[in-house]
Amino acid sequence: MKKFWNNANSRLKAGLIITSFFIILGFGVYYIPHINPFSYNTYPAKLNPSWSHLLGTTSMGQDIFWLLIEAIHNSLMIGLIVALIGTVVGVFVGLLAGFSGGVLDRVLTVVTDTFVVIPSLPILVLMTALMKGTSTVIMMALVLAMFAWAWPSRQIRSLALSIKERDFIHTAWFSGEGTIQIVVTEILPFALTWSLSNFMNATLAAIASESSLAVLGLSPANLISLGNMIQWARARNAIFARQWFWIGSPIVATVLLFVGLFLLITGYNDYLSMKRGR
Amino acid sequence: MKFGKFFALRVLTWALTIWIGVTFIFFIPRMFPSDPVESMIGQIQSRSGQMDPVQLETLRRSLRLQFGLEGSLLEQYGTFLWKGLLHFDFGPSLMSYPTSVGEIISTYLPYTLILSLTTTTLAWIIGNLIGLQAGFRKNKRSSKIMEGIAICIYPIPYFIIALILQIVFAFILGWFPLQSTINNSGGFALFISSIIRASILPAISLLMVGTGWWIISMKSLSGTTAEDDFVLYARYRGLSEGKIGKNYVFRNSILTQITALAMSLGGAFNGSIMTEIIFGYPGVGTLIQKAILQSDYNMILGCITISIVAISTATLIVDVIYPFIDPRIRYN
Repeated sequence: MKKFWNNANSRLKAGLIITSFFIILGFGVYYIPHINPFSYNTYPAKLNPSWSHLLGTTSMGQDIFWLLIEAIHNSLMIGLIVALIGTVVGVFVGLLAGFSGGVLDRVLTVVTDTFVVIPSLPILVLMTALMKGTSTVIMMALVLAMFAWAWPSRQIRSLALSIKERDFIHTAWFSGEGTIQIVVTEILPFALTWSLSNFMNATLAAIASESSLAVLGLSPANLISLGNMIQWARARNAIFARQWFWIGSPIVATVLLFVGLFLLITGYNDYLSMKRGR
Repeated sequence: MKFGKFFALRVLTWALTIWIGVTFIFFIPRMFPSDPVESMIGQIQSRSGQMDPVQLETLRRSLRLQFGLEGSLLEQYGTFLWKGLLHFDFGPSLMSYPTSVGEIISTYLPYTLILSLTTTTLAWIIGNLIGLQAGFRKNKRSSKIMEGIAICIYPIPYFIIALILQIVFAFILGWFPLQSTINNSGGFALFISSIIRASILPAISLLMVGTGWWIISMKSLSGTTAEDDFVLYARYRGLSEGKIGKNYVFRNSILTQITALAMSLGGAFNGSIMTEIIFGYPGVGTLIQKAILQSDYNMILGCITISIVAISTATLIVDVIYPFIDPRIRYN
């Protein structure tokens, strides 16, 4: 661990620090007992920040700090679920296409390429508009995952194609290992290091899509997410009332979270290529 | 001959992409339990009170016809492809009945096209030029600062940047109007000046995110190219740094960026939609938002179909131009 930290570049370090900060907020502080921040008129409205309300309260008397913690938790959860589904499906489809070859490969490649090029937001808009009012967090995650598998699948396929011809695969083949065993023991480890960086990327993309849909009013109405929190503040005229902590805290949190995750991704990629000696 | 084959294949993928996309948006609404006609009827009844059964049946029939829900699934699919995809006929808009969806979209689409095409092209040019400098002169202080700024702006979602710019420049400083308004009645000069005024903030926010990405990717590309053997050789030949940068590093790295441009168009369009909505800029994004608020499904379907066709076509154009720019493909 200490060796890793000494070898890490400054971006990876900064990314790790910011991301862990958010993980602590979203999965640690979140579990400290607190009153459901969603319910109205729990506290006096429009309070300024103080020790009892770190970020003040909204004009509906909600505690902004706990609203923010809940939002970070839910946004991270959606991001992680979508990234998990997208990466698993993407790796599976990519390996299948790369190793099967022939007609199956061609069909899978065309479908994958279509999903890479197709503008996702309009289709997400259509689906969530149809679910308006009835959608749940799980449905939301599933819908977002539909567009999360194509890019990793495409990358994994080309990775599989390049690995397939390497010597150690031939060696494994001639020493009598089956195709599935080769894929699991020889190729998956390769795919996994790559998948980690894709996983973080997909998390970022999913949180961004969810918050974009939230601004359109298409995220589940009872879901406290970063996007919804911004949208509620906008809809209740927090900007005109100059309630900067209300509109500002989810914006600052989103900016920090995204920059942190992005630093983590690029830092991790640099770290990997440095380890490979390039 | 070789180009002919490439072109044919590329056009085939283009057609497939559009077909799969459109098939998708045809079947999705039909998989959901909610029936748009029934929800429309519910809305109408809640506005105008109960109707007698005969009237209700006529209304239901005419709505089903307008939504393209009459006949078997295959017939509906055929009509949708024929009318929607080949003639851009999506029936009447429900929020501004009886104007057709196609007519309304054609007044909004040019605004989106102008905004997104200019910002995407500008971001690509500016970002690649800065990225080239930053990658070619890696160890300069200014290169590191430029990259640092790009890394802190690029990952932020488009609408957040738009929101921050709106709060700072329109609300606090008051330099721009909070919502874009286009002046249609006061003559041509006023019309143009109001478009420019309405576009500045949306354009800046799109440019910031877009340029950020091109700086980051071009920096890493030109950074690796600058260490290639042929660049080293050019240095040994005593060529000037400017010449090496322009003729060797730039020309080799920019090719990858052309393909990357084609891949990025979909994302740029998504960003344009979101930015339009924040500023109320009168483009397809704002139109989609209005249509969602009023449950105008014909309009939503129309906007989405046209988006898919527009982006696939733009990607096709960039891809087809590529062989004419890359000498390695041209001379083979």
